[in-house]
This record gives sequence, C-alpha cells and structure tokens, in this order.
Amino acid sequence: MGNLTADSIYRFLSGPALWFTMTVFLGGLALRMGYLYWLSRRKDPVIYNHASFSWGLKSILFWLIPWATVSMRSQPVFSGAAFLFHICLLSVPLFLSAHNILWEEAFGVSLWSMPDAWADALTLVFLATAVFVLVRRVVRPEVRILTSAWDYTLIALTTLPFLTGILAYHQMGPYELMLPLHIALSEILLIVIPFSKLGHMLLFFFSRAFIGFELGARRGARSW
Amino acid sequence: MLDPRKILDKEFGKTDLPIDTPKARQILVAHGGARIRTWMSICSRCGLCAESCFVYLSNDRDPRLSPAYKVRHSLGEMYRRKGKFDRAFLEKAYEICWLQCTMCKRCSIYCPFGIDIASMIMAARNVCYSQGVRAGRLAEFTENCRQSGNHMNLPPEELIATCEWVAEEVQEEFSGVGIPIDQPNVKYMYTINPREVVFFPQDITDAAVLLTAARESWTMPSFGWDCTNLPMLAGDREMGGRQVQNLYEKARDLGAEYILITECGHANRSLVYEGPYMAGYPDGKPPVKIKHFVQLIYEYLRDGRIRIDPQKKLTVPVTYQDPCNISRNGGLWEVARQAIAYLAEDFRDMSPNRDYNHCCGGGSGILPMGPDYKPFRLANGRVKAEQIKATGAQIVIAPCHNCYDQIHDLSEEYDLGVKVMSFKEIIREAMIVPEHMRIAENPDG
Repeated sequence: MGNLTADSIYRFLSGPALWFTMTVFLGGLALRMGYLYWLSRRKDPVIYNHASFSWGLKSILFWLIPWATVSMRSQPVFSGAAFLFHICLLSVPLFLSAHNILWEEAFGVSLWSMPDAWADALTLVFLATAVFVLVRRVVRPEVRILTSAWDYTLIALTTLPFLTGILAYHQMGPYELMLPLHIALSEILLIVIPFSKLGHMLLFFFSRAFIGFELGARRGARSW
Repeated sequence: MLDPRKILDKEFGKTDLPIDTPKARQILVAHGGARIRTWMSICSRCGLCAESCFVYLSNDRDPRLSPAYKVRHSLGEMYRRKGKFDRAFLEKAYEICWLQCTMCKRCSIYCPFGIDIASMIMAARNVCYSQGVRAGRLAEFTENCRQSGNHMNLPPEELIATCEWVAEEVQEEFSGVGIPIDQPNVKYMYTINPREVVFFPQDITDAAVLLTAARESWTMPSFGWDCTNLPMLAGDREMGGRQVQNLYEKARDLGAEYILITECGHANRSLVYEGPYMAGYPDGKPPVKIKHFVQLIYEYLRDGRIRIDPQKKLTVPVTYQDPCNISRNGGLWEVARQAIAYLAEDFRDMSPNRDYNHCCGGGSGILPMGPDYKPFRLANGRVKAEQIKATGAQIVIAPCHNCYDQIHDLSEEYDLGVKVMSFKEIIREAMIVPEHMRIAENPDG
C-alpha cells in the first residue's frame, strides 16, 4: 500500500507537476523578457541608440572566460569557484544519463550523457563550491551586509536538488523519500528562476550587452 | 566613515516640509525602465563591486560603502517604498548620493552583470532634489544658471571685460593674442568654467595663447559659455538640460563647427553623454560636435601646430590623473598620454590607470559644495593620494578643475608635495613661440 502511494506521488511529480513546472519556467521567462523588452522600447532609448554588436559581444564573452576580467582576477578564488558552480549547475542536470534515459523514453530524444562517475564528481564539486559561496557570504562583511534571508533561501533551493539527487542515485537514506524530494525540489527551483534574481540566467546577457554599449560603444572604455 | 550629522543639520535644519509623494513617484516611474528594473532584480549581492570603489577602499572597507549597498539604500529603498518616505530617509539618501558616490562608473566595470550604479545614483539624486533635499551651494548655483546661464551668475559684460583685460595683459609677453567674442562661422566655440573668470583668469589667457599659436579659428560666446553643469550634479534634470541646450543653440547660431571644452571633466560627460538625454534629443546624440581640450592639444602637438622646446620639457617625474569624466567616461586616456610624451621626459603612470583609474574624490559636485564637505572628500581621496605617492611624481597633470583642486588639497592633507598642473599651463611655458607671436623688441622672445 505504501509503495502504491510512493508510486503515485512519483507519477504525479514526473507527470502533471513537471508539465506545470516547465510551463511556468519557460512561460515565466518569456513573460519577463517580453515585458522588459516592451518596457525598454518605451523607456530606454539609450539601449538602442548606441547599440553595437562588437562591444556587446565583447562585454559578454570576457565574462564567460575564467579570469578574463580585472574583477575576476581581483578575487581569483571566488571567481574560480563561481565558474565551477555554474558549469556544474548546468552540465549535471542536462547531461546526466538517468535524465537522458527519461527523456529518451518520454520523447524519443536525448542529449549526450556523461559517465556516472563524472556526474558524481561534478556534483561533489558543485556542493563544495556552494558551501564555499555560502561561507564567503557569511564571512566577508561587505557580502554579509547585502545578504537577506531570501539570498540564503535561494542558495538552499539551488543546492538541495543536487544533494537529494546524489543521495537518491546512491540509495543513501530512504530512496522512496529521496527521489520524490529530488524531483519536487528541482521543480520548485525551476519555478522560482523566472521570478527571482536567478533570472540572470538570461538577463545576464542583456545587462552585459547594455554596459558594453554604454561604456564601450559610447566611451571606448572596457567593461571587463 | 565620517559622521555627517552636523552638516546635514546645517543644510536641512529642522525643516519638516511634507514629502511630495506624487512628485517622487513620478520621477521614479520616469526612470523605471527595463534597465533599472533588470539591475535591481538581478543584483546577486556577490559584493564584487566593493573592491572597485575608492570610497569603500579609502574608508577602511566599511561594508556600508560598497556600491551595491549604497544603491540599495538609496534608489532601491525609494522604489520599495514607492515614494512614501520621510525626511530622515531622504537625508540618509543624500549622504549616500553626494558624500559617498561620485558616479565615477568604475563599479560597472567590476560587476559581473555590468550594473550601472552611477545612473541609479543619478536617479536617486533627482528624487532628493525634487523633495528639496539639496546641497545648499549646488542649489544656489542651479538658481544662478536659471537666471543667467552660468553658475556664478556673471553678466556678459563681466566675461567680456575679463577677456579684454587678460588679452591686454598678455600683450606684454606675446603679440597678436586676442579673445574674439561671438565671432560667427568659426571652427571652435570655446566654453569655460565660470571659476576661470572669477578666480583663475590665467586659464583663459593660456587657452587664448595656445589657440593663437596654432592660428586657430575660434571664438568665445557671450552667452552659453559655461560648459559646467552643476544643475545636473545637483539633481535638477530639467535645468541640466537647459544648461547644455544653451551651448548647443549658441554654437548653432554662431555656426561654430565644434563646441570646445576647457580642461573640465564633467562638462564633457554632460555635453557628450548625459546632456542630449536631459535636453530631450531622442537619438541621444549632441546636435553639435563636441571636442575636449585634451583632444585638441594632442592634435596640435601631433600635427606640429604647436611645437615644444626640447630644452623646456619637464624633467621632474610627472604623473597623469585620468579624470573619470574624460577617461572612463570620455575615451581620451591614450591621446592624453601621447600629448604628455611631447611634454615630459619622466612620465610615471599611476596604478590602476586609464579606464580603470580611481576617482580623485572631488567629482560630481562635492568640490563645489564648499568647505563643509572638505573633510569627506579628503577622506575619500586617500586611495588617490596613495596612488600618487607610489609614482614618486612631483607634478600631477590634471585636465579637470575638480581633479585639479582636489589633488591640490590632497597634496596638503597627505603631504604629497606635488604640484598640480593643467596641460595649458605646461604648454604655454614649454612651447616654441611661433614667429607671429614674437614681440619684435624682445630678441630672446
């Protein structure tokens, strides 16, 4: 009987709840981007007046290469950790073989899968960098003073899917609990992204392009 | 961090004017485009901006002085409260916007998202101004601009008389130096800071000497000659727009090809970048070409229109202060260094420099705000003083009036023993006096 309940929870989470999540995640991002585009056309002519493809691109690319900017070089350990954090954050969920098997079953398409040993290693690296980011937030006064409870919550929301994921995979702790918890927490994270500072997964590119126009195309100055 | 209580009491006393919430909200809505919304919502509170800020570094890394903190507790709070705040809050915002930030834009280089803190502080200044929270001096200068088009309220006769007088005086040294007024169809309409007329007429003389030496086609306008924009720095956007419009229109009326700016920093930022938007030009570009004096000097030296006497080149160690508003916010760092190569034998750059330079601490209004604020700008200038000291330079070239005065004060405060000079002063002394300016009866000329 207990198994039946666990099974139906799993089916709910990986069925309707997942559809709902993806709708909110993609729809929310689209709405936020659409709204900001509409607003920018009305109120931010300065974005379009001085747009420059090359300055916008440089402004983005320099910040996608580790230690390519003066700012990153000024705090090399943190920026290295931040890079690892983001690389693991994106690569593990996308290239995990267990996820790809599910997509293959559901849609008949999947991405390249990384060996499970890599996924384990990257997850551990991710958790380590998350701890580092958290500790830095507490230890450095200029970061601590900026941090609110919501910032800590977001770190937790970002980290827990990985923690529960690796525990579920290795069947540590109660698997029947760990797997649905992993799915539910991941869904919560995806739902939160469009409506929080995590929206920077897309907005990063736009705000970087703008400062490239503003400092570079107008003034000839580097923004990296 | 120094306590501003005394000054705030002096500036704002016990005024308990009601807050005009609709007006504040109107300004917040006008500024609240996609950029500010994006910046406010994605700032991840990583704190990387802190180390970029000279105010933070100069004040023992007080965490309340990081750019992210400052913008959150000024403009951020204004948005969160939707314009409903009290005087105490506005005074706190005033302290942040005028005493703790010079809108130098350096933090935008260090922010992973490129958040433009300076623009947000400017918006917060607009809100403060709308509620009467204004630096007394800047408000007075703004009124002067409203009345006369220049912040010292000088009548045109005084400008003209000063120009005549300085031109006459310089006749003893050079022949043929005159200061044309309102001459139409010239290449350059030369614009200055009113302080030159009142306190430092030699700056006008020096410019006239250099322009004459290069046989330049130029004039000074009898109106629209104040290229500074203190209303902009006071937070009065409308008056800031009118101030640049005066110059644009005068240049067009005279048929001048360029507006030429004296060695002033924020005039460049105002006329080239912020002015067109304040004055309502939809394409954001100035209607007249603008040239800063540093660019002109570089061109003269490069083209041999002014030649330097090798015997008179500076031999003592020299460094260069990149004014934020002509280097990072003006792109003139290379031409300045190329010009210095003609003038000085021992040039030593500060570190960091060029577009990464630190603000001197005197920018964006705090210097003209008067002696009450001097302790704050001297404290904020500690990083600059240390930078200068590390070069071992004896002369600091500073093509900006605020940098010039601030570094002069820093030299006293931190015992740097440096002399601050403008490009004009140096070149006037070091140039080979061209044939047409030599005085006949003086064989050494």
